[in-house]
Amino acid sequence: MTPPTTQPPSDQPEGKAEPKHTSAAEAQSNAWLKTELARNAQRPYPMDFIRMVFTDLSEIHGDRNFADDPAMQCSMARFHGEEVLVISNVKGRTTKDNVKFNFGLPNPEGYRKALRVMKIAEKFGRPIFTFIDLLGANPGLGAEERGQGEAIARNLLEMSRLAVPTIATVTGEGGSGGALALAVADRVLMLENAVYSVISPEGCASIMWRDASKRAMAAEALKTTSEDVMTMGCVDDVVPEPPGGAHLDPDAAARMLDEKLTWHLNELKAMSTEARLAARREKFRNIAQFFTV
Amino acid sequence: MAWFKRQDNEIENSSPEKRVRTEGLWVKCEGCDQYIFKADLDNNQQVCPKCGQHHKIDARCRVANLLEPGYELVDLELKSTDPLNFYDVKSYKSRLAKAQQATGLNDAIVNAVGRLGTHDVVLSVMEYAFIGGSMGSVVGETIARAVDRSLESRRPLIIISASGGARMMEGIASLMQLAKISSGLAQLDDAGVPYISVLTDPTTGGVTASFAMLGDLNIAEPGALIGFAGPRVIEQTIRQKLPEGFQRSEFLLEHGMLDAVVPRQELKPYIDRALSFMTAAT
Repeated sequence: MTPPTTQPPSDQPEGKAEPKHTSAAEAQSNAWLKTELARNAQRPYPMDFIRMVFTDLSEIHGDRNFADDPAMQCSMARFHGEEVLVISNVKGRTTKDNVKFNFGLPNPEGYRKALRVMKIAEKFGRPIFTFIDLLGANPGLGAEERGQGEAIARNLLEMSRLAVPTIATVTGEGGSGGALALAVADRVLMLENAVYSVISPEGCASIMWRDASKRAMAAEALKTTSEDVMTMGCVDDVVPEPPGGAHLDPDAAARMLDEKLTWHLNELKAMSTEARLAARREKFRNIAQFFTV
Repeated sequence: MAWFKRQDNEIENSSPEKRVRTEGLWVKCEGCDQYIFKADLDNNQQVCPKCGQHHKIDARCRVANLLEPGYELVDLELKSTDPLNFYDVKSYKSRLAKAQQATGLNDAIVNAVGRLGTHDVVLSVMEYAFIGGSMGSVVGETIARAVDRSLESRRPLIIISASGGARMMEGIASLMQLAKISSGLAQLDDAGVPYISVLTDPTTGGVTASFAMLGDLNIAEPGALIGFAGPRVIEQTIRQKLPEGFQRSEFLLEHGMLDAVVPRQELKPYIDRALSFMTAAT
């Protein structure tokens, strides 16, 4: 039987009319539960966090080349009164919004807009905050034609040498290159129940097991939880969430996030620009060294 | 009764040297479906003499084709530690062992220092035959070391990509390699050292979304598959057939994503020429 290929396996029971039970493998898998939690539609999305933590938002549009990508937003904002730039992808909750914001998946012009606006912040010495909650790259014809790979690559390179303090936070799903394109920062944070991965569990399952329904096993094998990613040294800090997850008490979650952001920003501001850039370079030069000589 | 049954039906060829072995002498070209004498293909850098189809070529042959004799292969000693202890239908360790045996390399990458035409260069070549040329910690570190060599010596850097993307068996660690190499390339850019990226069939996923697209020049071999999302994934998502030639070198050239499409035989003179342009002024 060929597995469903495009969508994640549906919640409908297959064949016989049995109620859907979470399979034993899925229930046991902490990593898969975390993935589901990170994807929970009630969970605060990046824009929800931004509205709770920042004030005086004023959006900046367009990449000056092709279009304004609604799935990526860049805004001047104030963080405890200080002028900063906030960038995030935008996710919808309704069908209409999901279409409008392309399920939160930015297009190349979105990444290019983000970079253009980051350079404005750099010019005027304003710290940059990015917030990430996206599944991965946008698999579309137009995105490929307009050089999605190049757009992401350019962001990685340029973010590594931005002169201003940068703090990236994975609030939900940090999916592959699309997430990394906003996450080459002085500090990379991850919410406790967020996941950060090189590929979605579904994608991994359909490649390695040739069966997307093995997603729970794939999630487990990929070690995508904040604890695992932190252990491997691929993020700098984990932001705690209220008991049960951010969706149960968004205000408390926002306060906890605020606290961490404040702490890290103060640390970064205490460093000289040269020291901060050198530390960022060093961090990424020595990240994820898993080899023997 | 068995009058029709021959007793001594063994036809023996007593001297083995009389046998003419034909296996492996001829190969079928993927491009024109014609049979080509394998020696002709080998002498032509694996390019079909009849239709010009560029067949895959192993990393060490590429180095030999591009650099003058006397080059040195370096940074070959690194080996993956399997950070996730990854297991799908097979263990990652067994996949690694098999690939190491098949290719004679520790991972999907070869670094070399030597002379290309009139220029001293650092060359890094990906090996597609090693787990699809995928990039894990070892590939990432080896390329980062090539960048370091380039920075220290101010020799131009050339990276030849052939990869399915990040190696998912190393999870998030393989994603971080994109950031590692890209930030190294930012320093190379600041230092004004030339970097030429050569994209070969196939260059997809995380490799396209990092160093392969960050050259001062990004050039590709003809007909190479180049993209971020794979064509099958896109087809399944948009549920329609992709146009002919989608994500091939010529398509990218047309869309302004490449500086040139250069046939394999002309690669060396092209790079030599470009490096003269890039280094003469300093």
